[in-house]
Amino acid sequence: MANMQPEASYDAELTRAGANLDGWWSRVAHLARRFPLGAAGGVIAIVFVLSAIFADVIAPYDPLQTSAASSLSPPGAEHMMGADMMGRDVYSRIIHGARISLAVGIASTLLGGLLGVLVGLMSGYLLGWFDLIMQRVMDIMQALPLLVMALVMAAALGPSLENTIIAISIPLVPNVARVIRSTTLSIRELPFVEAARAAGMSEMRIALLHVLPNTISPFIVLATAQLGAAILTEASLSFLGLGVPEPHPSWGRMLSESAAEYMRVAPWLVIFPGIAISLVVFGTNLLGDALRDALDPRQRNG
Amino acid sequence: MTTYVIKRFLLMILTLIGMSILIFVLLRLVPGNIVDILFDSAGMVDPAQKKEIEAELGLDRPIPVQYFAWIGGMLQGDLGYSYVSELPTIDELAPRLPITFKLAALALFFSILFGVPLGVISAVKQDTWLDYTLRVISLSGLSLPSFWLGLLILMAFVAWAGFIPIYTEPPETLWDELLLYSVPAAAVGFRSSALIMRLTRSSMLEIMRQDYIRTARSKGASENAINYHHALKNAVLPVVTIIGIEAAFLIGGLIVTETVFNIPGMARFLVEAIQWRDYPIVQNLVMIIALVTVLVNFAVDLLYAALDPRIRYSD
Repeated sequence: MANMQPEASYDAELTRAGANLDGWWSRVAHLARRFPLGAAGGVIAIVFVLSAIFADVIAPYDPLQTSAASSLSPPGAEHMMGADMMGRDVYSRIIHGARISLAVGIASTLLGGLLGVLVGLMSGYLLGWFDLIMQRVMDIMQALPLLVMALVMAAALGPSLENTIIAISIPLVPNVARVIRSTTLSIRELPFVEAARAAGMSEMRIALLHVLPNTISPFIVLATAQLGAAILTEASLSFLGLGVPEPHPSWGRMLSESAAEYMRVAPWLVIFPGIAISLVVFGTNLLGDALRDALDPRQRNG
Repeated sequence: MTTYVIKRFLLMILTLIGMSILIFVLLRLVPGNIVDILFDSAGMVDPAQKKEIEAELGLDRPIPVQYFAWIGGMLQGDLGYSYVSELPTIDELAPRLPITFKLAALALFFSILFGVPLGVISAVKQDTWLDYTLRVISLSGLSLPSFWLGLLILMAFVAWAGFIPIYTEPPETLWDELLLYSVPAAAVGFRSSALIMRLTRSSMLEIMRQDYIRTARSKGASENAINYHHALKNAVLPVVTIIGIEAAFLIGGLIVTETVFNIPGMARFLVEAIQWRDYPIVQNLVMIIALVTVLVNFAVDLLYAALDPRIRYSD
């Protein structure tokens, strides 16, 4: 941590490597060549984000519209990925499910991240009693696996979209808080912070204007990594019946509805929602790995 | 070392006390208690009767009183009674815990068996097609929800073997038991092995950049000697710490996997108890999970400090 380099060093490194940094696009193209797996992850993530945004346009059917005639109809011309017991189109439900999955995933990552940054920054900056107490609180929260904590929180808050987001975000706080705290601890010792203090800047301004901006890149790396975990947790909660309630089409609940009863007769009900979950998490994981390599060179392998 | 152990131990106790308060308060936030659920399902509305049942279950007492009653009982080995079955909590948990521990042990075994060697291979063959393939496999392992993997395995059994390997009755022989548990354990272990593989790989790469490896190489040591004699020994050390994280990871995976495979273990029981607002079961189960996680981490910390003296002094 002691040899932190200024932000500009990455550009310099790219230029040395012969990159053409003239335009935004050439920069993207260069990064994509340099991190092919990350670029693939980025493409996957973008596809899901777009289908979430334009779900109403893309989906051929209303995801809630039932039809006795097409009950359990297999994938074919009419229903690309088949239909469920109630005749609802699986493809349309998956497209609309992307909304729920991404909304819950992103919102809980951001909420948990925000709280984590706040706690971490204050802990690392104020130290003393506040830090001591916060550290112990974080210990307590980490004594339970993410899913167990989220399960208990979800049960305590009751089923709703907002409560699912809160239930997933709280267990994400300790990880972020720890990373931001240790980053803050190392940054506050750096000469430029000392210089700001010598120049008579108030502690509040130093914390917000000098320390906070320098925690952004570890935060981005961590948040991308946690996005996948948040999406998986939402799927698991919904699978267990404690997540996002009806009528929202949720991938996890699509699996729990179909799994036990129709596994033999309608395997498409199990296969497609699972692919959707795995693919979006896989995409964010690839992206997260590449971001870590790009933004946090100390962790780069090789 | 002694001060370190004592410090860690006290922190662990503090964490557990905090956990018990947290879980107790959270469960009292739940809108509606067991009595409400029973009344809804039975269609009873007589408030006097409701009060009576609440008093019988001790739910009318102030929350701090309820808390100390729970803790006091727990310290004397009395975990209270399940609201649903009215059996002592101990009797409910006793047959379920071994099932989950066996599953977890088997899953951990699978994940170390595959995770460590594959992580080493990936690091040694860094940036070759083999490394890329292994990395993509491990990342996809982390991306598959374990319940979906479980469902896929079940479907494959239905399609090709003509039967479903789910739990219907307690296994009789050790072989049956192993057979029955190894499928769900593999579903959970796949995810964990992916985690172990990634961490082994990065730890191995970290070590291979150290000066002493360069020294060994410049002295003419063979690549094999460097990889397996010099690097692996030191790379395995940080991997030990992962087992702590792994414990938490496994329990999360088991919750959904036990549900999929219909295994009567404690992880599935927790979900059922939460749905029923069966407080004594939920709070005791959560405490057991916290205790296991904290104890594993405590043991790992001590092991790590014993293996690497630098830890004791820096903390």
